[in-house]
Amino acid sequence: MNALRSRFLLGFLLAALVIAGGLSYLASPDPDGLDSVALHGCTVSETAGGEQLDGTCIAQNAIESHTVGSPLADYAVGGREGTTGLAGIAGVLVTALVAGLLFRLLSRSGRRRRAGSSPGER
Amino acid sequence: MVDALPPGSAGGGILTFPGPLADPGLTVAMHMSDGLVNAPTAAVFGLVAAIGLAISASRARSDLDERTAPMAGLVTAFVFAVQMINFPILPGASGHLLGGALVAILVGPWVGSLCIAIVLVVQALLFADGGLTALGTNITNMALVGTFTGFAVAYALRRFTTRSRGALLTVSFVAALINTVAASLAFVFEYAVGGAGGAGLGTVFSLMVGLHVLVGIGEGIITAATVGAVAAVRPDLVYLLRGTRPAVTLRTPGEATR
Repeated sequence: MNALRSRFLLGFLLAALVIAGGLSYLASPDPDGLDSVALHGCTVSETAGGEQLDGTCIAQNAIESHTVGSPLADYAVGGREGTTGLAGIAGVLVTALVAGLLFRLLSRSGRRRRAGSSPGER
Repeated sequence: MVDALPPGSAGGGILTFPGPLADPGLTVAMHMSDGLVNAPTAAVFGLVAAIGLAISASRARSDLDERTAPMAGLVTAFVFAVQMINFPILPGASGHLLGGALVAILVGPWVGSLCIAIVLVVQALLFADGGLTALGTNITNMALVGTFTGFAVAYALRRFTTRSRGALLTVSFVAALINTVAASLAFVFEYAVGGAGGAGLGTVFSLMVGLHVLVGIGEGIITAATVGAVAAVRPDLVYLLRGTRPAVTLRTPGEATR
């Protein structure tokens, strides 16, 4: 039973790794729904200082992310082309770790609360 | 072939979307960046997000145990992975999974809203995807509005899910489609409250909803496929199905004794 569960969870993790590490290369490079609408009405041109938006659109006053200097910014490792998969794998592992720890913590606190506060119930 | 065009030159269609961002130097953004809404609006929705997540964290404790906690962690990583896969919806525009209905069906709305919030925080901090001051609006739209709308729809249709596998897939599809449109409406609402750009509200409304119906179809297909795959192997790990068929999956003697 336990083995079956671990195998299932391992399969889930593998699926995430394959999608982020491999399938991500097939992703459409076009802006997504929100981004398309946010840029609608503006023209994007590239200047020495980065992207420049001209015209009237939602994003005309948009500001570049504060974390643009992150080594994984824009889903690439160190800004290198073709490293999307690697960045994706890193993201999957970090996300799994952060979420796994948080949910384990919450589940423990829930168990303590159930054990501590309602000894007479049920 | 479109990739050969320089950025900004592909807007020849009827819909003047900016076209493929073929230049790798241009930012890859999937979520709201900073400066789409003004600072007070960003702050208000930061507060909304914080309160919502605090309630979710408190309620999530009773949904988490040694069986569901690892599942929730992996569902979160899975959403991160699938969000990377932008699928084409129109020439020059793509869509990607938001994940609200998917997580709500698999791990419940309380845990699920935390899953999406974790993905958004990781993306904003490490991948420069979505602004830091926009985290409140992004979390409100996708982690709270998307997840709880998706769950409400799935829960309302829950009695159909026991009928057949096809019914479960259909319910997942519908919940995901509506979750996507609801999240896009939440953005329109935020823009109406304190938009920082000059685009008119009517245009923003019709473009956002129009495009997100299309994104929602993709979201629905991915959600149905994933829920279907999990339900086929481990129906007991699907939150929405809890209580609907306990005799089959949860209380077999072998499992009850652990």
